[in-house]
Amino acid sequence: MNTDSLMINSTLKQLSEGLAKAEFTSAELTDAYLQRIAATDGDLNAFITVTADQARAEAKEADALRAQGKAGPLTGIPIAHKDIFCTQGVRTSCGSKMLDNFTAPYESTVTDKLRTAGMVMLGKTNLDEFAMGSSTESSFYGPTRNPWNTEVIPGGSSGGSAAAVAAGQAPVATGTDTGGSIRQPAALCNLTGLKPTYGRVSRWGMIAYGSSLDQGGPIARTAEDAALLLNGMAGFDHKDSTSKDIAVPDYTADLDKPLDGLRIGLPEEYFGEGLNSDIAARVEAGVKELEKLGATVKRISLPRTRLSIPAYYIIAPAEASTNLSRYDGVRYGYRCEAPKDLLDMYTRTRAEGFGEEVKRRIMIGTYALSAGYYDAYYNKAQQLRRLIKDDFQSAFAEVDVIAGPTTPSPAWKLGDKSNDPVSMYLEDIYTLSVNLAGLPGMSVPCGQVDGLPVGLQLIGNYFAEAQLLNVAHQYQQVTDWHQQTPAFG
Amino acid sequence: MSLDRSEVENIAMLARLKIDEQDVPRYVDALSSILDLVDEMQAIDTSGVTPLANPLDSVQRLRADNVTEDNQREHFQSIAPATDAGLYLVPKVIE
Repeated sequence: MNTDSLMINSTLKQLSEGLAKAEFTSAELTDAYLQRIAATDGDLNAFITVTADQARAEAKEADALRAQGKAGPLTGIPIAHKDIFCTQGVRTSCGSKMLDNFTAPYESTVTDKLRTAGMVMLGKTNLDEFAMGSSTESSFYGPTRNPWNTEVIPGGSSGGSAAAVAAGQAPVATGTDTGGSIRQPAALCNLTGLKPTYGRVSRWGMIAYGSSLDQGGPIARTAEDAALLLNGMAGFDHKDSTSKDIAVPDYTADLDKPLDGLRIGLPEEYFGEGLNSDIAARVEAGVKELEKLGATVKRISLPRTRLSIPAYYIIAPAEASTNLSRYDGVRYGYRCEAPKDLLDMYTRTRAEGFGEEVKRRIMIGTYALSAGYYDAYYNKAQQLRRLIKDDFQSAFAEVDVIAGPTTPSPAWKLGDKSNDPVSMYLEDIYTLSVNLAGLPGMSVPCGQVDGLPVGLQLIGNYFAEAQLLNVAHQYQQVTDWHQQTPAFG
Repeated sequence: MSLDRSEVENIAMLARLKIDEQDVPRYVDALSSILDLVDEMQAIDTSGVTPLANPLDSVQRLRADNVTEDNQREHFQSIAPATDAGLYLVPKVIE
């Protein structure tokens, strides 16, 4: 048996079948991925921490469970977790110097559920510091590179998770998405990523950035794999006060449903100025495939799309400035050397522990929430948020799924936008509104532009994850973009 | 909308962030350009629109007032920068 050649392009589904047929063990599979990480991560920097010993121990436990006849579809499958999920006894850095010395004292619900399902954690992946960014360049641990071209960014903030899966370092990974942080790196690394409905996946133990926007979700090679992983992640959690107590369907159950009669809406605002024309062509070709499968297409309008940028870049920093006030050098994390007094300790700890982009967002958020500016900024942004949600609700009265590009341009060169926050913010134009409205959204590979992958975004109504996965899976039955892999390594 | 130096210094103090003298102009520029970007929203008439704080308009769930957590003080304090006798230590506040 040669797990090395098998694994690089294998799907979770194939590995799960291989384990069930005893073609290989989880211990062998885990070793093969750990070797792949050791051989390639010097070039990629997808991982902040590799938990090799723990992974081998978990793989043995998974093999033992299987021997007892207690294996499920996820048992023994290796996974990489974004280093924003608290993992007990393992450093959980969130890509920040502030948490470089933080060993989580408890386990996040998502990682706990996946561990209970028998998954094997390979390690913790790189991200923009506190998930604030679209390129994975703002990490304290240095940038992650895109396996499709190591001169370009993998997207962000879940760039480490996406790069790891694209490079065959892991078959699947977890990500989180506050304004596009699952969908955009999935698009730029040729992967299938899903941001669930707000409240579908527990946020307990997921380090908070924008609490009313954050959602965890799967990053995988196929829609089928994303469905299998979401089955293990979703569900009500009393420890998350915004978790929704709504039954979780089997997300693989509807994958094979025909698309006859499916109504797809194409928002005119997603195909206008600013969109790379080659991406527009790839996305339109993707929509044509869905039409051939029986879907009907209707032009729609989401008139407040542009306003999602100002609304998001007030609401997310406002929530971030509140959430990140907990990093004060008292209970855990970084503390500055030799503080003169309490104020000096707070201000220097935070100045030394946070990077540039995090400080910028904390300051914008602080300003937007400060006396005299609250109504003009925070309240106004939340009113716009309502209007953006209303636009989607009107659209979903006419169509079942909304389709468009995930990003306006393909991956850019490292360093190109890192000194210009506003130009980076504009790259989020097609993803932000989905978080503001709390809807589920997916990115599916739909082609390449100049050798770099681009994504087709699918947006569904609340809790319609199964429908999005069905559309994506049907698309992947008649296209092979998702099967293309980088020449890397 | 541009901010001036003293406004940025005030925001930094509210956010408990020490900003070095020579870095203030850089933050003045960066924060002003972000505020320029978001200022587009001021032109939109939102009178009568209820702000949306939770995307599903959910309200806080309540639970029975029972003790559900054990005391894990030692466990949690094992990762603290400075503790003594079960207390977190900070620089002296009261002379």
